Amino acid sequence: MENQYLNLLDRALGLDGPSEPWPLSGRVVLIEDCVETSGSFVLHQLVKRSLSPTSSNVIIFVAFANPFSHYDRILRKLGCNLVTQRDNKRFIFFDMLMLRCPDVDKGKSSEGGLVLLYEKILKTICGLPGDKKDYVTIMMDDISLVEVAANGGSDYVLDFLHYCHSLTSEFDCSLIMLNHEDIYSSMERPTLILQMEYLADILVKAEPLSTGLATDVHGQLTVLNKGTSHRLGSSGNKIHNFHYKVKENSVEYFYPGSRV
Amino acid sequence: MATTKPRLSSFSRNLSAVSSSQTPGVKCGPNGTMFVSSGIADLDRYFEILGGGFPLGSLVMVMEDAEAPHHMLLLRNFMSQGLVHGQPLLYASPSKDPRGFLGTLPSPASLKHDKSRDRESEQEKGLRIAWQYKKYMGENQPNFDSHRDNKQDYCNEFDFRKPLERHYFTRQRVNCVGIQHSKNLAALQEHCASFLAQHQRNDGSSALAGRIAIQSLCAPQCEHSNMVWEMLSFIKSLKGMVRSSNAVVVITFPPSLLSFSSTKRWQHMADTLLSVAAIPDEDKELAKLLSGYQDMVGLLNVHKVARLNTQVPLILEATTFSIKLQKCRFLVLECLNQAPVDGSSGSSYGTSGSCSGSSKAGTVDF
Repeated sequence: MENQYLNLLDRALGLDGPSEPWPLSGRVVLIEDCVETSGSFVLHQLVKRSLSPTSSNVIIFVAFANPFSHYDRILRKLGCNLVTQRDNKRFIFFDMLMLRCPDVDKGKSSEGGLVLLYEKILKTICGLPGDKKDYVTIMMDDISLVEVAANGGSDYVLDFLHYCHSLTSEFDCSLIMLNHEDIYSSMERPTLILQMEYLADILVKAEPLSTGLATDVHGQLTVLNKGTSHRLGSSGNKIHNFHYKVKENSVEYFYPGSRV
Repeated sequence: MATTKPRLSSFSRNLSAVSSSQTPGVKCGPNGTMFVSSGIADLDRYFEILGGGFPLGSLVMVMEDAEAPHHMLLLRNFMSQGLVHGQPLLYASPSKDPRGFLGTLPSPASLKHDKSRDRESEQEKGLRIAWQYKKYMGENQPNFDSHRDNKQDYCNEFDFRKPLERHYFTRQRVNCVGIQHSKNLAALQEHCASFLAQHQRNDGSSALAGRIAIQSLCAPQCEHSNMVWEMLSFIKSLKGMVRSSNAVVVITFPPSLLSFSSTKRWQHMADTLLSVAAIPDEDKELAKLLSGYQDMVGLLNVHKVARLNTQVPLILEATTFSIKLQKCRFLVLECLNQAPVDGSSGSSYGTSGSCSGSSKAGTVDF
């Protein structure tokens, strides 16, 4: 990957090395955000990086929050044409906006909807041509809406996530998920978010500055990269913290006070 | 492409002058979105940088204050504006007679109310803005005045002492739905689905915009009020349906009746998130901090602004308004201005938790 285009987030995620093998293969990334600071821009950046011409990634984008047109417009301004990528079968979009697991039989059907979704993902991966099967990235926007689709059956959501997680070892695909951390912050036992944080290899958290919102600095990102044991010379966790400002065609990342 | 600036620039001046000639009461905005007026000129003006109003396809949520019915003022203006423009309306309420509420909707003011002059003089003596910031205030005025004629069409001034003429809501399809006694939200969802089906967005079509107003969605007298996931599911499907339509949905709800976690879920689902709060009477502390305190009936906070088709958040300099009823007739929102943020040092005004909290922080910045 050309170094001049790399930013602090790329480096924190480990995307500053060679693009083959894809550094996020087999890894789970969890993006956390809150009402004040949306973390969607991190997802958009990862879409762009995954679909760069130098990589062979295929993205399965499971969208619960926004329709295709929304992402298309945003990524276009970032320099990535999702319509073309969709036609080239590099960007597969699952529109889940209207998914609602029927709750006639609350137990069974809530699970049923998510089982079907998992099967659809698995079928899509298996249906890919041989060379593309090893470079799949599954993205989910966002997990709190998966809970709503499952009528609050968080056990089913956890099962679904565990199954998706198994794909990272079976097919070496990456799993990138967005969830809203502030929903769970008041719970006594926020099992879902705790399990997701445990499973994640990389945690990216978007939150406001301690001084509140500002026009020049939209918030701060904290990236916890848990490091992999099989990578030579790498061990232990690395924590990065920097500020960001989101623009239409890029995002600026900078250390506090260092922005020109 | 230029970064989105929070202050008005010449770019947005041009935008506001262009209104869609095909459909009355609908304006084009950036990022391929279209807008309808909120029914409150001050709020439209605040959202001018976006396009001036609520974007079609979005979900607006208003968090109520259990101590004061100010959300009703917002709802009334929103509903009246749509009816005046001939935009079909679906109104749902937990009251026994939802249709009766239509009789309390305000009518467009008949006399040319000289509001801008009143406000200017009030702002001169009232708000204690340091001199170097006055130029930002001045920047707002010429825009508004020069486009006043255009804005007469897009956003009306409503007179609460004059009820909306009946022909506005008998002639068109105004559907009123009571939600108090339904077992669940399935019926309301059906109504919304069929309403939105009539306002599907097709590229190039000039279908009339529609408005849905749902009042006090989790009100305790409704049977669905303790069905946490049912309500979330309803909002999620409504949001999904409205996204592909030429309609705006406004939902008001009392967050005090939901758990913290549920409230956060609702807040995340909103595209635009507002809250209203009561101002205590005879509060000497507040009287010292806020000018024109005696005329204020409440506070309005803007927590989140719809960002359809864009990833850029909108951080505007002021997010708290005082709600005043001028001459007991006209709803006026005035920014409680706070010092512009100094990005390099990272200092800024605190995020507004409670409304009174934020206005106190603002005066410290003065």
